[in-house]
Amino acid sequence: MTHIVIVGAAAAGLAATEELRRSGFDGAITLVGEELHAPYDRPPLSKQALDASWDAARLHLRNEADLAALNTVFMSGRRAVAADAAHRTLTLDGGEELAYDGLVIATGVTPARLDGIDLPTLRTLEDAVRLRARLQPGARVVIVGAGFLGTELAAAAAMRGCRVTLLDHGDSLLARLGAPVSRHVASLHAGHGVDVRSGVRVAHVDAAGAELADGTYLAADAVVACIGSTPTTWWLEGSGVPLDDGVLCGADCSAAPGIVAAGDVARWFNPAYGRLMRVEHRTNATQQGAHAARTLLAELDGGRGEAYFSVPYAWSHQFDTRIQVHGVALAGAGTEIVAGSEAEGSFIVAHHAQDRLVGIIGINARPRDLRPWQAQVHAEAALLTATLG
Amino acid sequence: MAAPDVFDQRDEDGIAIVLTDVPADESLAGVREAVTLCPAAALRLVTV
Repeated sequence: MTHIVIVGAAAAGLAATEELRRSGFDGAITLVGEELHAPYDRPPLSKQALDASWDAARLHLRNEADLAALNTVFMSGRRAVAADAAHRTLTLDGGEELAYDGLVIATGVTPARLDGIDLPTLRTLEDAVRLRARLQPGARVVIVGAGFLGTELAAAAAMRGCRVTLLDHGDSLLARLGAPVSRHVASLHAGHGVDVRSGVRVAHVDAAGAELADGTYLAADAVVACIGSTPTTWWLEGSGVPLDDGVLCGADCSAAPGIVAAGDVARWFNPAYGRLMRVEHRTNATQQGAHAARTLLAELDGGRGEAYFSVPYAWSHQFDTRIQVHGVALAGAGTEIVAGSEAEGSFIVAHHAQDRLVGIIGINARPRDLRPWQAQVHAEAALLTATLG
Repeated sequence: MAAPDVFDQRDEDGIAIVLTDVPADESLAGVREAVTLCPAAALRLVTV
């Protein structure tokens, strides 16, 4: 019987599993996940899940009946430690070998660490539960890193009454989204009592706090690192699977014969932007997981997969502000406010690259106002795809 | 948004509204995607 193994049991791995069954695949499926939980959703971990009254069971992406219907062997609490693309086998911790006909790589990313400093971070349910216990009213919380994760965590901690310091290595929060968004988010946080410090580096952390490179010492009850992440590909070194800041895939998400990748770990040629991209957002995990599964089935059937055309979507919720990003905010792209204003606290920012609209960001934007811009981002992406042939 | 004939969004806060709780067959693919992608995991599709 044909055997498909999926490594990584979060959003992308689950989407791949479901798509295989939905497409009529009746062979064996094994889903290997290093966490002990059934597949769960990560975005709430830096938001609602940090509130003590929130029920962690709500994180589960599927109930037991739905999972059972997938007729899949779940190997939870297990990790793949090696793979051999030529022989179509992989090795699990404990030395067990699994033979596969098709492999879906969906191992996501691993939080980055500050050099030589072991800090708590936020990626898993356990991380969130540990952190939640420390976010008591009045607790001094230092957050290192001011991307989506750091700013969301700062907002969640401030709303629980913690005294929050947000340390930013660069000179603006959510820098990639452009200056107007950075200014809005900075003043939003400052207005809620968050002490935002830009252009600082952490030199040392101990049980009592953090010391900055300029000698300032910040006493803290909790210090958390939110400084980005790296694709979880260590187990694929020497496997024959091409690696370059993630699993390197063609436009159809295939990486090697019988192997596809999806989600945070996959770097594929996205025809919508004419370049290699790796997208660490929740929506992409599900869409790409399903796409990769279809590509794999096409290949096992002797055919080829279709290109994965994707206009990424990301959202964030901080205090009373909703941030929505359609498309991409490319480094160096020109930004301009096209609707609303910073003064109103509600606006839309367009990102252009080489005279082309590549991304649109809504700050507390009304869906009705955002929709036409969103459509235009999609139209421009489709146009480029057509040009590329 | 996925399946615009089945979902809309409230203008004040962007919360999704279900326009019909028995979607037509031709909307099924979009509805399935919406259920999988809903950021609040608030949607569920039941076959009757």
